[in-house]
Amino acid sequence: MTRAAVVTRVVKPVLYVAAVLPFTWLVFALVTGLVMGDEVKFMQHVTGDTALTCLMLSLTVTPLRRLTGWNELIKVRRLIGLTAFWYACLHLSTYLVFDQSLSIDEIAKDIVKHPWVLVGFTAFLCLVPLAITSTTGWVRRLGGKRWQRLHRLVYVAAFAGVLHYFWLVKKDVQAPLVYGAVLLVLLGARVWYARERRKTRSAPAAVPSR
Amino acid sequence: MLIRRPPDLLSSEITDESLFWNRRDFIAAAGLGAAAVGGLLPLRSLLPARADDEKLTPWEDVTGYNNYYEFGTGKDDPASNAGALRTKPWKVDIAGEVKRPALYDLDELLKPFTPVERVYRMRCVEGWSMVIPWLGIPLGQIIDRLEPTSKAKYVEFTTLLDPQQMPGQQRRILEWPYVEGLRLDEARHPLTLIVTGVYGKALPNQNGAPLRLIVPWKYGFKGGKSLVKIRFRETQPQTTWNIAAPDEYGFYANVNPDVDHPRWSQARERRIGELFKRKTLMFNGYADQVASLYAGMDLRKNF
Repeated sequence: MTRAAVVTRVVKPVLYVAAVLPFTWLVFALVTGLVMGDEVKFMQHVTGDTALTCLMLSLTVTPLRRLTGWNELIKVRRLIGLTAFWYACLHLSTYLVFDQSLSIDEIAKDIVKHPWVLVGFTAFLCLVPLAITSTTGWVRRLGGKRWQRLHRLVYVAAFAGVLHYFWLVKKDVQAPLVYGAVLLVLLGARVWYARERRKTRSAPAAVPSR
Repeated sequence: MLIRRPPDLLSSEITDESLFWNRRDFIAAAGLGAAAVGGLLPLRSLLPARADDEKLTPWEDVTGYNNYYEFGTGKDDPASNAGALRTKPWKVDIAGEVKRPALYDLDELLKPFTPVERVYRMRCVEGWSMVIPWLGIPLGQIIDRLEPTSKAKYVEFTTLLDPQQMPGQQRRILEWPYVEGLRLDEARHPLTLIVTGVYGKALPNQNGAPLRLIVPWKYGFKGGKSLVKIRFRETQPQTTWNIAAPDEYGFYANVNPDVDHPRWSQARERRIGELFKRKTLMFNGYADQVASLYAGMDLRKNF
């Protein structure tokens, strides 16, 4: 099998299954009464965690391509990104419906008063244009460069997502710190690659193995 | 004392545990509905009218969803990790401004009293609540017997410090041991309980066995668990959550829908088992009994 075939016939199907697993678990746990205590909190934790994890995974694709040379991996990035968006939608919905009973008034008050809600909203709003322009048609319409620039919003979304988590935790910030560390590594990798590219550009062919 | 249980929770409302409306069935229906339609909005139409009477929170939730950081910060950590705690024998150090200070054996300390059952609302500072049938002894009765001196103004409650048995204490997430405190008049209030059981059974370890404090008009964190020391003091004790975040958790910590936590609203709460939030009541609904304790005090300042 060629690399491209491995990605489309193995990696992608596996990711499709993985993408619905958290939702399946969510429904299963609620239906069978496995959830102790606050069921809405449970929905929010599962959907929020999955959305953040998928955002991190989508940011892993590019460094992974550079690291392994498997450029075909780009084919799974849209799937990962859209999965993040889908769980972010669910996450936001549980808040709007169950926490605020769809009261515009209460929601507005909450956003103004509590920065972590505002930051969470910001993260979601950043994802909306990315989800809309995720189609091949939109890439063509915008042109590669502009599309890429727009999709840098994912960094804002990821950062806001982590901050949102960090801010809402009562005391034990271990989990949000782990997300923060992962994000830092992924952003760090980009800075490093950018510098490498500049180096090779300014000194072409002159650099032997270090 | 006349107050045997809050007047809004009648004994006629207390039915057998197993008979209670099983919310899991509803969740099952709602979950399937949502899954079928592929959206969350249909849930609304499936909801039954909210019951305004207060049903007991099922045993599984009361004993499976706990904040007890000594056993971990996850809500299910206490149920998983507290099993090995040895609660027998158990000694309680009665200390400070009291005429009968001593290291009491727990059985000996509680022998003179008859436990009573009290159904109390429990409101967590995080915004969720339960209704729990505790078994305990009004702390006031115990205090009367210990005879505090005229200098005693506050009571300090200290939880066991034992990182071997309490794995959560191996991380310094809070200052250990956990310390809570009350004003002496709050401690003597007839609603304040030293709890030794729940649902007619001995208190499970994850709920604070063998003895814990319950102050139903305050946020749940005021109820220190697995107590090893009760000290009568002239000065206000330093309490654990107040040390951890003084702007978020005050000494009084009375349930108050008008004074928000800096990071979230306290106006509403989710009763465990319900999907939508309900209004939080002043002093957790015990205002008639306890509001006079705070007459003239600025509750915004003394939060």
